[in-house]
Amino acid sequence: MSAITDQPGGLQTRDEPLARPRPPWGRWGMRAIALSYLTVLLLIPILVILQDGLREGLAGLWRQLTLPIAWHALKLTLWTSALMTLINTVMGGLTAYVLVRYRFPWKKALNSLVDLPLAIPTLVTGLMLVVLYGPQQALGSWLKQNLGFSVIFAPPGIILALLFITFPFVVRAVQPVLLELDLTQEDAAATLGAGAWTIFRRITLPPLVLPLASGALLSFARAIGEFGAIVIVAGNIPLYSQTAAVYVLGEVESENRLGASAISVVMITIALGLVLFVDWLQRRNRRTG
Amino acid sequence: MSHPLSAAAKSTRPGSPAGKLAAWLMIGLVSLYVGVLVLAPIVSLALGAFGEGLRGVLQSLGQPDVLAAFWRTIWISLLVVTIHAGFGTIVAWVFVRDRFRGRGLVNALVDIPFAVSPVVVGYMLLLLFGRNGLFAPLLTALNIRVAFAMPGMILATLFVTLPFMIRELVPVLENFGALQEQAAATLGASGWSTFWRVTFPALRHGFIYGVSLTFARALGEFGAVLVIGGGIQGKTETATLFIYRAMEERQYVAAYSAALVLGLISLLLVLGTDMLKKKR
Repeated sequence: MSAITDQPGGLQTRDEPLARPRPPWGRWGMRAIALSYLTVLLLIPILVILQDGLREGLAGLWRQLTLPIAWHALKLTLWTSALMTLINTVMGGLTAYVLVRYRFPWKKALNSLVDLPLAIPTLVTGLMLVVLYGPQQALGSWLKQNLGFSVIFAPPGIILALLFITFPFVVRAVQPVLLELDLTQEDAAATLGAGAWTIFRRITLPPLVLPLASGALLSFARAIGEFGAIVIVAGNIPLYSQTAAVYVLGEVESENRLGASAISVVMITIALGLVLFVDWLQRRNRRTG
Repeated sequence: MSHPLSAAAKSTRPGSPAGKLAAWLMIGLVSLYVGVLVLAPIVSLALGAFGEGLRGVLQSLGQPDVLAAFWRTIWISLLVVTIHAGFGTIVAWVFVRDRFRGRGLVNALVDIPFAVSPVVVGYMLLLLFGRNGLFAPLLTALNIRVAFAMPGMILATLFVTLPFMIRELVPVLENFGALQEQAAATLGASGWSTFWRVTFPALRHGFIYGVSLTFARALGEFGAVLVIGGGIQGKTETATLFIYRAMEERQYVAAYSAALVLGLISLLLVLGTDMLKKKR
């Protein structure tokens, strides 16, 4: 465009509007519709719960959180989600690496299995785990008798359910970045005598840190709020296997508005913080990369 | 996928026996992990459902209660998909083509439903529409029931499925660019016909993918619908709520069968569109 207008004495008039510019009603209308839709569906519910949870101030919120059962539920949710995130980051990263770098006969099948958890309702996931590891099932009772280890109605079941649900997040975040990595750098390092571990640590890993981190944070955020799979798998025993989401359900059902709102505020704040942080990470990466 | 240089480089490297062993160890470890974590539970659910043979499955699925629950789920999902298809497209268009202050923040906020607990979503709606909710006086004046009725469950599902349509359409719109729209406008097309003749055909595949993801997620929604709908048998019981009740009442074959059907429907939806995407 500038090539045309820059010609001396040329087509300067092209830049001048042919007619007086009309106000962009269409665009304003679209913007108004989009923002109203998001306000009604997203913003109002979130603001209402924040307002309700902070009705008695921060001190009141803290009092509700530190009630023994609520406090235990929050701690259980946080540590199971954190442990799951750790395992998922390592195994998800490894899965992505194997899928990108190696060739083996069942690679295609493995690749499509990664997406399955996205397509399965989480309640159904919970049922699957109960059928496989439940105390009345072959594998479940064998584990219990021989290793004294129960999966279902205990924290390991929670971690297993969370691992299933969030498995695609890390794999699918790392895979595209790994595909675009330039292998010549690794080869150069190998030619210069670097060992496999040094190559991995110094050359392959650094560009993967950001996708690994955003996949991990999304897994963690998703895990904090998970309900459908956990309510089936965990047994929901207060002070043992009751998570924050299940605790909120109990408080709602027994009409304890203060308790339900307090935990909800904490959960929403974590979700909001993590989502905004991941968004910031990804945008910063796009700008530098 | 891999340019010739990297392919050549790859073929030279894992030549050593130690490298090969490490490669196969990693392949084995990952395959075992996916097998135990993902495949084994799916297979065991199918085996559990058919524990009393095909007849048990059909018998439990044929109960009028179960059929009604499945119809309720499908009805809610269809409505939710229709609403998101319309408004989601508008939101995606505004995110890509429009510029206004705070757009980045609004864009990030769209991902919130992905991380908020479904129980909290249901509870938020109760605070708005429940017996002591913010809108309670208005709703009683108008004689509308939202909580423990279909409208509340539809709202809950709308919240939970909000990001899918928008997140599928935004990258497609970004790739498509505004140039063709401007060309159409320059040639005298109205805003509306530009959208239908130029923008929408380019969006078609992203649109289909967004619709099927939204539908699959809506079919499986449980926590939010449980809290706002109450799971009243014969009234607000959806497929997931039926499965939950069947588990609590220890009707295991019924629960497993319904879960298998629900899982299969969403699996076929997502895998079907996945194949469509790859074919292109």
